[in-house]
Amino acid sequence: MFRENMEADVTFDSDDAGRFDPDTDDAYSSTEEMAVVESPPKIISRGVDVFYGDTQALFGVDIDIRPNEVTALIGPSGCGKSTFLRCLNRMNDIIDGCSVRGSITLDGRDIYAKSVDTVHLRARVGMVFQKPNPFPKSVYDNVAYGPKIHGLATDKDDLDAIVHSSLERAGLLDEVKDRLHEPGTGLSGGQQQRLCIARAIAVEPEVILMDEPCSALDPIATSKIEDLIDEMRNNYTIVIVTHNMQQAARVSQRTAFFHLGKMIEYGHTDTIFTNPNEVRTRDYITGRFG
Amino acid sequence: MQLTILLATLLILTVIGFHMGRSRAVSTAVSGIGHLNSLPSYYGIYVAVWCGVPAGVVLILWLLFEPQVVETLVVAGLPEAARTLPENKLDLLLNDIRNLAVGNIVSRDVDPEMQRAADHYASIRRMGGAAMIGVVLALAVAGIGFGRKAISPELRARTRIENVLMVFLIGCSTIAILTTVGIVLSLLFESLRFFQLVSPVEFLFGLEWSPQTALREDQVGSSGLFGSVPLLAGTALISFIAMCVAVPVGLLSAIYMSEYAASKVRSAVKPLLEILAGIPTVVYGFFAALTVAPFFRESGNLFGIGISSESALAGGLVMGIMIIPFVSSISDDVISAVPQSLREGSLGLGATKSETIRRVILPAALPGIVGGILLAVSRAIGETMIVVMAAGLAANLTANPLEAVTTVTVQIVTLLVGDQEFDSAKTLAAFALGLVLFFITLILNVAALSVVKKYREQYE
Repeated sequence: MFRENMEADVTFDSDDAGRFDPDTDDAYSSTEEMAVVESPPKIISRGVDVFYGDTQALFGVDIDIRPNEVTALIGPSGCGKSTFLRCLNRMNDIIDGCSVRGSITLDGRDIYAKSVDTVHLRARVGMVFQKPNPFPKSVYDNVAYGPKIHGLATDKDDLDAIVHSSLERAGLLDEVKDRLHEPGTGLSGGQQQRLCIARAIAVEPEVILMDEPCSALDPIATSKIEDLIDEMRNNYTIVIVTHNMQQAARVSQRTAFFHLGKMIEYGHTDTIFTNPNEVRTRDYITGRFG
Repeated sequence: MQLTILLATLLILTVIGFHMGRSRAVSTAVSGIGHLNSLPSYYGIYVAVWCGVPAGVVLILWLLFEPQVVETLVVAGLPEAARTLPENKLDLLLNDIRNLAVGNIVSRDVDPEMQRAADHYASIRRMGGAAMIGVVLALAVAGIGFGRKAISPELRARTRIENVLMVFLIGCSTIAILTTVGIVLSLLFESLRFFQLVSPVEFLFGLEWSPQTALREDQVGSSGLFGSVPLLAGTALISFIAMCVAVPVGLLSAIYMSEYAASKVRSAVKPLLEILAGIPTVVYGFFAALTVAPFFRESGNLFGIGISSESALAGGLVMGIMIIPFVSSISDDVISAVPQSLREGSLGLGATKSETIRRVILPAALPGIVGGILLAVSRAIGETMIVVMAAGLAANLTANPLEAVTTVTVQIVTLLVGDQEFDSAKTLAAFALGLVLFFITLILNVAALSVVKKYREQYE
C-alpha cells in the first residue's frame, strides 16, 4: 500500500519536475534509476505513535529509509522530527513515561521486539547529537570508548588502528594527530562534533542518526561536516534532523516534512524543495511559517 | 525596659521618616512621578536610613562604651586610698558599689565613703541614660529633617540606597571574617602559652598522652605526658572506619538515586536519607553505646574474640552512618550535574547503564565526589559526641579497631569539663589540640574546595 503510494508520488513528481527545471530533472532521473535498482529499505516505519505520558507527540508516521542515502527530517520546532529520530535507536527508552506504538524494522526485523537488546541495536544505529558532547576524556579515549565496550579490538594495535581510521574517516586525523592524548573537550566546536562522528563511526554502525549536528557550529565547521556527511553516505545510511533547509537540500537525497507530530510529505529532496505536493510543505519551505 | 522603649520609638520614627520621605517626594514632583529620579518609596527609604542609621550607630556605641566611661568617672570620684588599690581589689570594690547602687547584697560593711560612691554611680547612670535617650532621639529627628530636606527630583535615591545596602552587606561579611580571625587568634595565644610549658616537639611527636599534672610537688605518678600522637592516631582510625562505611554506602545510594531510581522513589528516598543528617549526634551516641557496641562485644564473645565494650569499631561505624547523608547528598548533586548529553552520548554508542556510569559519569563527577568526601572527612574528624559515648577515653596508640581509642575532640572535652584552673598545662593543652584540629580540617577543607572548584570549570 505504502509502496504504491511512493511510486505514484515518484511518477507525479518527475512529471512536474520536468516542467520546472531540466537540470534538476536530469539529476533527479539518475537518482530515480538508482532507487529502482536499489536493495529494499534499510528502515521501515509503519504507524509509529509516540506518547510522552498522556501527550501524543507523533501520529502514525510511515517512512522507508533507504540504504546509502541521506534522509533529512525537516519541520518546525516541536514537530516531532527529533522524537522520530530517537525512535530509530530507541533512545526514547531512557525518557520516563515515553511509549512507542507501531512498528519500526531494521533490515526487516522489528527493533521494538522483546528479543532486541538496545545495546546491540545502538551499536548498529549510531547517533550524533545536536550539541557536541565529547566525554571529558582524551581524544583517543573518546574514539576508543565504543570499540572498548563492544570488544571490537583484540589488542592495543588493533584499537590504535580503529581509532586512527575512525578519525581519518571523520576528517579529523590531520588536525588532532599530535594531540590524541589531550582532552577532547579542548577541541573547537566543529572539531568536537567531528570527534563525536568519529566516535560513532568507530563502533562500525550501519545507520547513523544525526540530530541537528550543525546547529551549534559556525558556517565553516558546518560545511566541513556537510562534506563529511556526503562522503559517509557511501558506507552508511544516514538520517539527519535539521532546521536548516538549505542544509537539507544540500546533503540529503530524500526529505520528510513533519508538522505537528505528523509526517506531511516524504519524497526525493529535489521534489520536496521544488515542487511539493502539500501546501503546508510549500509554505514551510518558502518560509511562510516555522 | 528603658532600652526597649527607646528602640521602639526609634523604629516608629524610622517608619514615620519613610512615609514623610515618600509623600515629600510625591509632592515635589510637580510635573508627575515620572520626573522623579527614583520611585517614591526609594526617597522614603532614603529618609528612613538617615533617621535610623546614625541614631542606631550612636546607640550601639553608647551601649558598648558606657560601662567603661562610668567606671572611670566613679573611680575618679573615689578617695585616694581606694584609687591606688591593686586592680583586682579595685574591681571588687567597684562591684560592691554597683551592687549597692542597684540594691543587691554587698560583700562588705557599707561605710559613708562607699555610700557616697554608690550614689555618685547611680546619678551618673541616671544622667547617662537620659542623655542617651536624648541624643539618640535628637539624632533620629535631625536625620528625618536632613533627609527630607535633601529630597528633590534630581536626588538619586535609588543609587544611594544601593550604596547603603552594599556597605551593610560588607559589614555583615566583615563580622563573619573577624569572628573567625578572633577564634584563631585566641586558639593561637593560648597554644603559645601551652608551648611555653610543654615543648612543641614533645606535643607533636610524643607517643603517650596522660595529661595529669601534679597539684602538689609531692604527688606521685602525675608527671603529665602530652604526646598527641595517640589522639591523632585514634582520630585517624575512627575517621577511617567511618569513611569505610560512609563512602561506599553513600556513593552507591547516590548513584542509585540519581541514575536508576524513578523520580517518585527519588523524591521519597532522598528526604528520608537526609533525615539521618538531622538526628542529633548525641542520639547516635546512645545508639552506638547501647546497641552497636554491646552487639559487637557479644558477637566477639561468640567467636572467642575479646572486644572491649567501647571500641573504635563501634564508634567509627555509627559515625559512618551519620556521615552517609553528607556523602550521598553531595555525590547525588554532583552526579546529577553531569550533563545529560554525556549520558546520551554513551548510551547512543551502545553502552549499558552501568558502563555509562562507570566509564563516563563517575570519571566526570569524580572531582566533585572527592570534594564531598573530603568535607565529610573533616566532619568526621570534628565529631565528638559519638566517640565520647562509644569509643572511650583511653588514649591507646593502636591500629586495632576492637580496642578503645580516643580522639582529639574527646580529649578537649575531658580537659575542659569541670572546675579547672586556666593556667595549668592540662587545660592549655586543650587549646593546642584545638589548634592542631583546626589546621587539619582547614587543610582538608581547602583541598576539598579547590577540587570542587576545578570540577566546576570542567563544563564551562
